[in-house]
Amino acid sequence: MNRFKSKISTKSPAYIENMNYNLSLSKHLKERLEFVKQGGPEKARKKHLERNKLLVRDRIKKLCDPETPFLEVMPFAAWDMYDNDAPAAGIVAGIGIVRGHEVMIVANDATVKGGTYYPITVKKHVRAQQIAMQHKLPCIYLVDSGGVFLPLQDGVFPDKDHFGNIFYNQARLSAEGLTQIAVVMGSCTAGGAYVPAMSDETVMVRNQATIFIGGPPLCKAATGEIVTDEELGGADVHCKISGVSDHLAQNDEHALEITRNIVENFEKQKKFDIGRIEPEEPYYAPEEILGIVPKNIRTPFDIREVIVRIVDGSRIQEFKENYGTTLITCFARIMGYPVGIIANNGVIFSESSLKGAHFIELCTMRKIPLIFLQNITGFIIGKKYEHGGIARDGAKLVHAVANAEVPKFTVIVGSSNGAGNYAMCGRGYYPNLLWMWPTGTISVMGGEQAADVLATVKINQLEKAGKTMSKEDIAAIKKPILEKYEFESSPYYASARLWDDGIIDPLDTRNALALGISMALNKPIPDQKYGVFRM
Amino acid sequence: MFKKILVANRSEIACRIIRACKEMDIKTVAVYSEADSSALHVQLADEAVYIGPPPALQSYLNMDAIIKAAKTTKSEAIHPGYGFLAENHEFNQKVKDAGLIFIGPNPVPMKLLGSKVASRVAMIKAGVPVIPGMKSSSKDFAEFEKTANEMGYPVLIKASAGGGGKGMRVVHKKEELKSAVEAAMRESLSAFGSDEVYLEKYIESPRHVEFQVAADNFGNVVYLFERECSIQRRHQKIIEETPSPVMTPELQKKMGETAIKVIKTANYNNIGTVEFLVDKNRNFYFLEVNARIQVEHPVTEMTTGVDLAKLQIHIASGEKLPFRQEDLRQNGHAIECRIYAEDAYSNFMPSSGKILYLKVPLGSGVRYDSGIYQGAEVPVFYDPVLAKLIVWGADREEARKKMLLALKENVILGVKTSIGFMLKCLEHPEFIRGNTFTNFIEKNIKIEKDAEGKLLNYAFLGSAMHHNDNKKNSKTFTAASGEMPTPWQTIGSWEICTGRQIGKGN
Repeated sequence: MNRFKSKISTKSPAYIENMNYNLSLSKHLKERLEFVKQGGPEKARKKHLERNKLLVRDRIKKLCDPETPFLEVMPFAAWDMYDNDAPAAGIVAGIGIVRGHEVMIVANDATVKGGTYYPITVKKHVRAQQIAMQHKLPCIYLVDSGGVFLPLQDGVFPDKDHFGNIFYNQARLSAEGLTQIAVVMGSCTAGGAYVPAMSDETVMVRNQATIFIGGPPLCKAATGEIVTDEELGGADVHCKISGVSDHLAQNDEHALEITRNIVENFEKQKKFDIGRIEPEEPYYAPEEILGIVPKNIRTPFDIREVIVRIVDGSRIQEFKENYGTTLITCFARIMGYPVGIIANNGVIFSESSLKGAHFIELCTMRKIPLIFLQNITGFIIGKKYEHGGIARDGAKLVHAVANAEVPKFTVIVGSSNGAGNYAMCGRGYYPNLLWMWPTGTISVMGGEQAADVLATVKINQLEKAGKTMSKEDIAAIKKPILEKYEFESSPYYASARLWDDGIIDPLDTRNALALGISMALNKPIPDQKYGVFRM
Repeated sequence: MFKKILVANRSEIACRIIRACKEMDIKTVAVYSEADSSALHVQLADEAVYIGPPPALQSYLNMDAIIKAAKTTKSEAIHPGYGFLAENHEFNQKVKDAGLIFIGPNPVPMKLLGSKVASRVAMIKAGVPVIPGMKSSSKDFAEFEKTANEMGYPVLIKASAGGGGKGMRVVHKKEELKSAVEAAMRESLSAFGSDEVYLEKYIESPRHVEFQVAADNFGNVVYLFERECSIQRRHQKIIEETPSPVMTPELQKKMGETAIKVIKTANYNNIGTVEFLVDKNRNFYFLEVNARIQVEHPVTEMTTGVDLAKLQIHIASGEKLPFRQEDLRQNGHAIECRIYAEDAYSNFMPSSGKILYLKVPLGSGVRYDSGIYQGAEVPVFYDPVLAKLIVWGADREEARKKMLLALKENVILGVKTSIGFMLKCLEHPEFIRGNTFTNFIEKNIKIEKDAEGKLLNYAFLGSAMHHNDNKKNSKTFTAASGEMPTPWQTIGSWEICTGRQIGKGN
């Protein structure tokens, strides 16, 4: 493949302005992430450490092989929700390397409200298990949780994706040969007790871990039995008497060492061969992405300039370079893996839809992973285009995306609006991982457009009633809508609600994608099947 | 002209000769020992024949194996290069007896000149000035003692069969004489297979000036001017130049004609080198004749425009000299540095190993006669010369400047080299002034290990950082299984938003 010839000048005023702006966004992101990583309030952390327990991130660090990556997912879960009481929703999740194996790690943070499950905590835990299933990852649960956050039980307990689904997933994952390990390092009460109980192997820390279906207070209330935590469900009880647990550890470090030894005997993960070649660093500096993505994300820019700063050797092979040019389709390599990239360079027309659908067919036929770079305000609208059948052509792209059996990764670079979100493999299309840049925004349409639509509806209603509206009245109608859209289209708003798998610095994209592709290949890519394309 | 020549040598000189043959459309046969199976000369030659295990005695000094190789490959002539069998008259005769042509002088003059004692006697007879000393080698220590006492100390003990400083000893005091003679005998025996040594007056602060000569088989003899080779370590030349900084047209003519006289006296044919010592007062003394191509021949080639390797082949094939004395001119100034694999800070101990990185100097007037390539092994068994760096300039200072630049450009990693040491010599004010005596190094070059040690630490640090970077950039593969390692194995310690940090406003 040939190296792309960049037209970017790093000396231009626009570049410098973009760079400064995007650097500030990155800085902001890093600061916020640092805050999240601290976990619960200082008092809680101090108490935790006084009990000779390791903080959750130190546990993960000790569990994983030194000098290996940790791909954290959904760190901004519950950001700016629940009065900001639950950084990372009180649970840390991510993929790490343990004794050379790629594993999903889900670890409660007991410093965050005792590690209890908020609605978003459950959603995050379940999503982590889905990632494990999709990428054939064994799971290690570092358990230190008081169970359901009782005040919000209606958003945690009953529904199909709620608490019970966690144990359902454990059973299904185990059936897939994906070993489930629970390391109980604190309390593990009631429903939570099923996490170790449903695991293939369980480790417990002496004088620290407890497992019981009903704790001492409930015992006393229900039967009058008076019993201590340790007597009821301590590590000695479960490792020596009940057989609920398999391994007895003296402390956190010991428990993690035992866990590493367990993983050592896992079956080696086999990678599906998609013809990887020797990796090559991008020729153009990835840092320059920050000067390319415009300060005002609505300003057009050539997405290819971004692509070539992510892919090997800055080499791309464009497909239909001169047709449907608002959608860029190209082959490239990321750390040696072949990829097909679909990226927006404007609104989607019929031609761009057809081109995208055709390109997806090429990639799925050849079993090449797909990467979607979203910066899309939507499909083209207007009489001419409706008559031309834009809905029909757009549907072809959506159909191809929905059915594509290859690993799919989505990065929201800029806007993600309307059906553009669907056509570009939004959350509803099960991308293996979906990342958001700090410049990304998700909403059904732009705030301005939504406000206009709603104002027009209102004007029409009033006109029917024979009334007219002043400019001020219209502005008053639009204002709260604009504000709402502005607030809700923030990437942090999206990430807090787990519409994505995390906000990443643009410079992380190459690593995050490469790690994702690598783990996606733990599962063979099946042969492609499509349904009926509307012609 | 020959159709095929066997080159009975290795390293840079073998490559030099093979290239000369290629220019002349002559096929070449290389010979190699077990240690040299992937050496550059083997790669360059049209054919290559294995001649024995690594020790030189069993390979490059193995006459029968080499002659057999020439016969089986149907070579018509053998070029011996320098060192090894180049000045072995027995080998020369054997080649002749095998019906092959030896590219060099006939065995008879070679035998005469090969014995320093016999040649000395012959030259005294012909009226060539020589250094006072013993007339022949001896095993009688009393004779050494007597001669030394007569001439006065210091004296020099030399091996009759020697060259390259081996078996050579300077003795300053009577008490040191006995052990020095014994050591010289031992060294000579192991290096040349003969323990014949003799003694002569040691001339202090002399210059080593030699004349390149060429003689065809028809009695025509010319000289191709001098080379000054005074910069020596352990009696081995390391920097050579031409013209000599002390040369005058009169002296040049006088010495050149003496050189011709030496050649004619010995009835010598093909190219050779007549070595003289020149003292402070520009008196010169005949030392010996090197009956072969010299290591430092390129400086003569650079200043005269004559290709000496090709000239050897032309003469050996029976052609007349293509020029007369009056056709020859010396143009500009040339310097050669021998790049050795050796540790200047451990008494020039040879250094062997693998060439991990090689950067060859380039530029106008720069010539690099090399026997190595990146990835080549430098075996322990042979002379550790890696390459010769030769530069040409319009005058001495231009050549010196060019050499400094070229030395700095020349990077060889994996083995220790003399490059840093050479730079010190060339930058020394005494060198710049042309005060190059054979004791130049002992007298002028301080060997400071510390400075180099510090540099080495920086180099290690840089290397470690680079290695680390590479690891991060996933270029190093660590999987033992041979499969390409995944990004999970190559990226190293990494989390989102903690990776690459860049400065503000870049």
